[in-house]
Amino acid sequence: MKMVSTVSPLTEGTLSIFGRLPERDGREIRQRMGVVPQEDNLDQELTVKENLVIYARYFGLSWSDAKARADELLEFAKLTDRADAKVDPLSGGMKRRLTIARSLVNDPELVLLDEPTTGLDPQARHLLWERLYRLKEQGVTLLLTTHYMDEAEQLSDRLLVMDEGKIVAVGSPTELIAQHVTKEVLELRFTDGTPDALHTLAHRTEQLPDRVLVYVGDGDAALAHMYNEGISPTGSLIRRSTLEDVFLALTGRSLNE
Amino acid sequence: MIALLNLTQGRGGPGSASRFPARHVFERNVLSYRRLWLVFVAGFIEPVFYLLGLGVGLGQLVGEVSVAGTSVEYAAFVAPGLIAASAMNAAVFDSTFNFFYKLKYAKTFDAMLVTPLRLGDVVSGEVAWSMTRSGIYATIFLAIATLLGLIESWWSLLTIPAALLIGIAFSAVGTALTSFMRSWHDFDYIQLGLQPLFLASTTFFPLSVYPEWSRPIVQATPLYHGVTLCRNLAFGAQSLGDLWHVAYFVAMAGLGVAFTKGRLRSLLMD
Repeated sequence: MKMVSTVSPLTEGTLSIFGRLPERDGREIRQRMGVVPQEDNLDQELTVKENLVIYARYFGLSWSDAKARADELLEFAKLTDRADAKVDPLSGGMKRRLTIARSLVNDPELVLLDEPTTGLDPQARHLLWERLYRLKEQGVTLLLTTHYMDEAEQLSDRLLVMDEGKIVAVGSPTELIAQHVTKEVLELRFTDGTPDALHTLAHRTEQLPDRVLVYVGDGDAALAHMYNEGISPTGSLIRRSTLEDVFLALTGRSLNE
Repeated sequence: MIALLNLTQGRGGPGSASRFPARHVFERNVLSYRRLWLVFVAGFIEPVFYLLGLGVGLGQLVGEVSVAGTSVEYAAFVAPGLIAASAMNAAVFDSTFNFFYKLKYAKTFDAMLVTPLRLGDVVSGEVAWSMTRSGIYATIFLAIATLLGLIESWWSLLTIPAALLIGIAFSAVGTALTSFMRSWHDFDYIQLGLQPLFLASTTFFPLSVYPEWSRPIVQATPLYHGVTLCRNLAFGAQSLGDLWHVAYFVAMAGLGVAFTKGRLRSLLMD
């Protein structure tokens, strides 16, 4: 992310943003880009509004334009009533919204978001998603990293799965699900061990400590078929496959630490 | 009611980079100090106390001192030295404590570096701000000394540009040293370094008072150059030889800025 935001030099390969090279046109690229870092680095010594105004100044807006822009963005981030408050007492969600608002002072064509909703409560996340979605609707390109697959599913048109610095899959959320997992997942629990017959019934199963995942096209049909074959789990759940299944299928379940 | 952003309107618009981007870093500090004026004021109180306590108070016992061939009262001897000291205090305070906070805790510079600002703009803006603070302190101090009747020559006004030079030099070296600080504990070393610098700077006694062997050491310390420069200017006794002091500070500033840039590059951009 630091390389894409043209702060760090490239370690290898080439990078071109807006058709320009960061090592030559870093300033021009940053002029058209917004960055939302993983860690909030809002200015604690300034008020909410001043944070936006001074940031707009960094981008070369005049004081009057900077102030008008700040008011507009406060409205967008639902922070108008906190304009003159200090940053520190704000909630995590408010700080994130302010950071996102700050990344928009220059009308960016591209916004980089590094795990934008990590550590937020569900209400705060949904509000953020809604705002980000609206930006996308207005033609802003969002480049977002996340560990939350629901977030990726909500926001992305094109998704890139990385594992240990390597790209392991690329596509839209629905494409990836279609390519890497089945349409539905059957989660089964057995009290006295998983019957061996199960593995012959489904083309792909995955044994977890507490349950078995059976990857199937049609969960209801598969479950009915199993009962017919004399397999009766103590608990069963049919759900739609998610990106989380794709991610785990691609990167494995062992802890990546 | 949902707020809608007017992204397409592009007022101010992208692609309009400033002529001197470093000034925005300066502006940020002005904004933050608007509410901290008390801290700002507290910074120059100390030299004023020294002037009143040592200069005026002790001066009653000391009597007259000879400077540049004339005899002046002790407080008038001390005052220009304290102008240099207050310029140093302002720059050091700003370039150490404040700089460290912005660098390590507030991540202010990280936030700046993803905007069109470059590392050089950030360092210049910060140093320019510390320098300005030095200039303001020196000006206020000069005004107080004048009110106390301790300033005679119009040349004294030149102590203000001298204070700016002292400010930029100390601030550049201050930021460079601060980039090596690991925690707040390390700042004790700064305090430890400043005290002897202050006492060994000829602020309170002329160089002739120091034992012969220690004079080269005194003459090597930065505040000595500041005090001597300000004192010569205050008494209209400046000569071409004072350019040596100017060169000393220019070198300090140049080295400090270059060093700070190198350090910040490895701390923030790798």
